Amino acid sequence: MERITIDPITRLEGHGKIDIFLDAEGNVANSYFQIPEMRGFERFCVGRQVEEIPLLTNRICGVCPEAHHMAGAKAVDAVYHVDPPPTAKMLRELLYMAFYCTDHTTHFYALAGPDFVMGPDAPVAERNILGVIHKVGLEIGGKVIQMRKYGHTVVEMIGGRKVHPCTSIPGGLTKGITKEQRDEIEKMGHWAIEFAQFSLKLFNDIVLANPQYLDLIVGDIYTHHTHYIGLVDDNNKVNFYDGKVSVVDPDGVRLGKYAPAEYADWIAEHVEPWTYLKFTYLKKVGWKGFTEGKESGVYMATPLSRLNASDGMATPRAQEEYDKFYKTLGGKPVHQRLAIHWARLIELLYAAERWVELATDPEITSDNFRTIPTEKPTEGVGIVEAPRGTLTHHYTTDERGIATKVNLIVGTTNNYAPIQMSTNKAARSLIKNGKVNEGLLNMVEMAFRAYDPCFGCATHSLPGQMPLEITIRDAEGKTVDVLKQFID
Amino acid sequence: MTSNGKPKFAMYWAASCGGCEIAVLNIHEKILDVDANFEVVFWPVAMDAKYKDVEAMEDGSILLTLFNGAIRNDENEHIAKLLRQKSKILVAFGSCANEGCVPALANLSPVKDLMDTVYTTVSTENPENLRPQPTTTVPEGELYIPTMYPIVRTLDQVVDVDYYMPGCPPESHQIAAVIDLVIQVLQGKAQLPPKGTVIGAGGSTVCDECKRKRDVKHIKEFKRIQHVMIDPELCILEQGVICSGSATRSGCGALCPAAGSPCIGCYGPAEGALDFGARLMTAVSSVIDSNKPEEIERILDGIPDPAGMFYRFNMAGSLLRASRPAWDKK
Amino acid sequence: MTDTFEPTIIGFTCNWCSYRAADMAGTARIKYAPNVRLIRLMCSGRLDPTFVLKAFASGADGVLVSGCHPGDCHYVEQNYKAMRRFYLIKRLLAQMGIEPGRIKLLWASAAEGAILANEINKFTEEVRALGPLHWNPTQGIEAPAHAQPLVEVTA
Ligand code: SF4
Ligand code: SF4
Ligand code: SF4
Ligand code: FES
Repeated sequence: MERITIDPITRLEGHGKIDIFLDAEGNVANSYFQIPEMRGFERFCVGRQVEEIPLLTNRICGVCPEAHHMAGAKAVDAVYHVDPPPTAKMLRELLYMAFYCTDHTTHFYALAGPDFVMGPDAPVAERNILGVIHKVGLEIGGKVIQMRKYGHTVVEMIGGRKVHPCTSIPGGLTKGITKEQRDEIEKMGHWAIEFAQFSLKLFNDIVLANPQYLDLIVGDIYTHHTHYIGLVDDNNKVNFYDGKVSVVDPDGVRLGKYAPAEYADWIAEHVEPWTYLKFTYLKKVGWKGFTEGKESGVYMATPLSRLNASDGMATPRAQEEYDKFYKTLGGKPVHQRLAIHWARLIELLYAAERWVELATDPEITSDNFRTIPTEKPTEGVGIVEAPRGTLTHHYTTDERGIATKVNLIVGTTNNYAPIQMSTNKAARSLIKNGKVNEGLLNMVEMAFRAYDPCFGCATHSLPGQMPLEITIRDAEGKTVDVLKQFID
Repeated sequence: MTSNGKPKFAMYWAASCGGCEIAVLNIHEKILDVDANFEVVFWPVAMDAKYKDVEAMEDGSILLTLFNGAIRNDENEHIAKLLRQKSKILVAFGSCANEGCVPALANLSPVKDLMDTVYTTVSTENPENLRPQPTTTVPEGELYIPTMYPIVRTLDQVVDVDYYMPGCPPESHQIAAVIDLVIQVLQGKAQLPPKGTVIGAGGSTVCDECKRKRDVKHIKEFKRIQHVMIDPELCILEQGVICSGSATRSGCGALCPAAGSPCIGCYGPAEGALDFGARLMTAVSSVIDSNKPEEIERILDGIPDPAGMFYRFNMAGSLLRASRPAWDKK
Repeated sequence: MTDTFEPTIIGFTCNWCSYRAADMAGTARIKYAPNVRLIRLMCSGRLDPTFVLKAFASGADGVLVSGCHPGDCHYVEQNYKAMRRFYLIKRLLAQMGIEPGRIKLLWASAAEGAILANEINKFTEEVRALGPLHWNPTQGIEAPAHAQPLVEVTA
């Protein structure tokens, strides 16, 4: 049987690879997207002092340590049955909003933007951040850097460090912020709102105003009718830091909302022997393989999922964009994967607006940032929305607060099954009768970018450039052809 | 291989979290200096991988390689060896490459335990009790994934290393300073330090950089941070909460204690310390205020997880390297 | 097998008491097990946990630490320091899979040669019963013979 190997970040990176098998007619028999590494945090966090786990799990991923630190912090609060004072929660959320702005910005400009701004038909050499700068002006590069710097500055002010923050502990934070810091944070927040609006306008002018691009989104080859999940507040508005997880079916009907402690009633993980990463699915619906529709438990957790699973955004400007989003794309839910990029920008605006809301709350500089726990530690679950999906940390301890069980369901894992499905779909539509369409690389690459898979969580790769390589071999394993392309 | 005549630079990640790469990207405009002074030949996060080009290079033709990440599986080891062969100067970059870092806490358990735990958690439905296999036969053919080694190793346990740059991740200002130094060396304005030197860090301890006041106070009880309102002025260890500052190499500016949180030792063992945990155990036992065996034991009950506490970042680089069940096949 | 196993034990002894006690035992022809290699420290307070770890890492099956009786240390309180370190190391070793029986703390004055010899013999038997430790964390690391090359070089 003929085999095609697609190596994102190449085999040597060990970050993920796709094997496509062809049948006798040269059509796709099956494809496998493999994750080649496992680190075992669930095991080696056991035996540790539970308050350390939010520091240890930071090291799962250097791209989103803030998400792990926050999910961990909420889990240890729950373990100690302690409710941090409002100031602590606001500070954590503020740190988190700054992080979101940085992360979404990086993704949009460095990874996704080029596809849209330059257009999918532009030469590969131009489809990169430099191409974007060339097309829309030099100052955009400076803005992106500025946004990243501002985000990291806030993370360090509240979290103690730029990468791998260290201040969240059971019951709150080890420090607060001064009035001077607050002033600075607010100023940066206003700038962030402007930047987010600028980004949406850019998207509007270049993508939405261009029927060809809009068709690309609407007619997306990566349309999968799956379930969606995302964290929402009491009013069912998108929330990144706190709330319940809303679950909607492919028709957009809400199946329910679960509190963090109920996650195991809703989410389950499936094991395959050919990959180290597990596949999550909705437990109530069940694992039916890599299939879509109401009967399949496959769901997605991305910016688009959060919008689909919610009733709107909690801030005014983001809400306007939310309305426009569904009006343009024909109502809820939206199944086209390329719309994730647009959803991401709406979230960027929400994060920036929320940043300013929090920074201007009079309580934010209060000294009351700690509650000392008094109850015996037992068990707790913490959930936040990582940029790449719902992140669940679940710790159980003995009465000394030593972890006896640790379970982690990380952002990208939620989307492993849909990514596998998208890849499969692209392969099937572009490989026919032994003919491999040159667009294959392109399509696979676009699918990847939309999900923004961060296998730093699952394994350890960055959402950086992804060289893709497809090797086509005949039955004896001899190389017939190599297609190669680099995603800038 | 085209060359612009500039010295060649490479950066690679093995078993790592990506935070080291983020720290490098956070040097912002200094990146331009790298670009101006080097030909970047291999850096997966920032450019196309060109693996084959690396393999085709002459031995020793890359001037400087920053290697982050530990050695967890056969793939990591293979690349470490290749880059060693191709590089004149190989730097172990970041805690993972230097000492194994947090993921090396896995060395406290056999790989089988890791697998058994991960693939049987409360949320895992695994009726056939499957585990990932290096080779799996699927209907269409065979699939392969790398093989995990019994323990995590540091870079210098696998290949010869020229310089060591600690930190999880190394702080960006330290990275910038190292890049400056290398550029000065290229321009003939400075000399490389002797092989084996720790670069991008200080020669003393985090305590030396820490602004908190030490009164040589002794304690009758170790406490957990969630139970103490940390006084903002006083030494954290002397407040009964274990802080790794005295065993940890300086270089970060004592960031964590400044934020009210103990140093957890991410810059690795202080100059002259052969074993991080041994150094920290010495410091910790010396603040215990008791000479009575039963009382000492009671006070030590306040440290319920010595291995995790004293070797959070250093397990793979420690003298013992791994717990016996992890490596002993019997 | 255990009856043929000769454990290697490293003994860290204080110059002023236990080392002399051992010396005395020697001159008085009191037999003690030859398994113990004594390393003299000026005081048990000089005991760095590094020494203990190094001993085990280098292949020792047991480690003995001895010093002057509490209250008798030449340097006043240093043996209490040794005691505190000792208890802590022992806890660490247990987590690393090294049985508590492989490490022993012993007080012996310069006059207690016979007692020391007796304790050494006892400890040697205890370690012998525990069997070899032979610390070797890299055993079992071998690159698998892969069905597929790790890195494929294609044209
Ligand atoms: S040293 Fe720290 S930041 Fe660097 S890769 Fe390892 S865990 Fe990540
Ligand atoms: S032990 Fe910690 S808090 Fe105390 S001086 Fe050292 S670094 Fe600072
Ligand atoms: S204080 Fe310690 S843990 Fe914190 S950054 Fe510095 S060396 Fe690392
Ligand atoms: S002098 Fe013997 S123990 Fe201190």
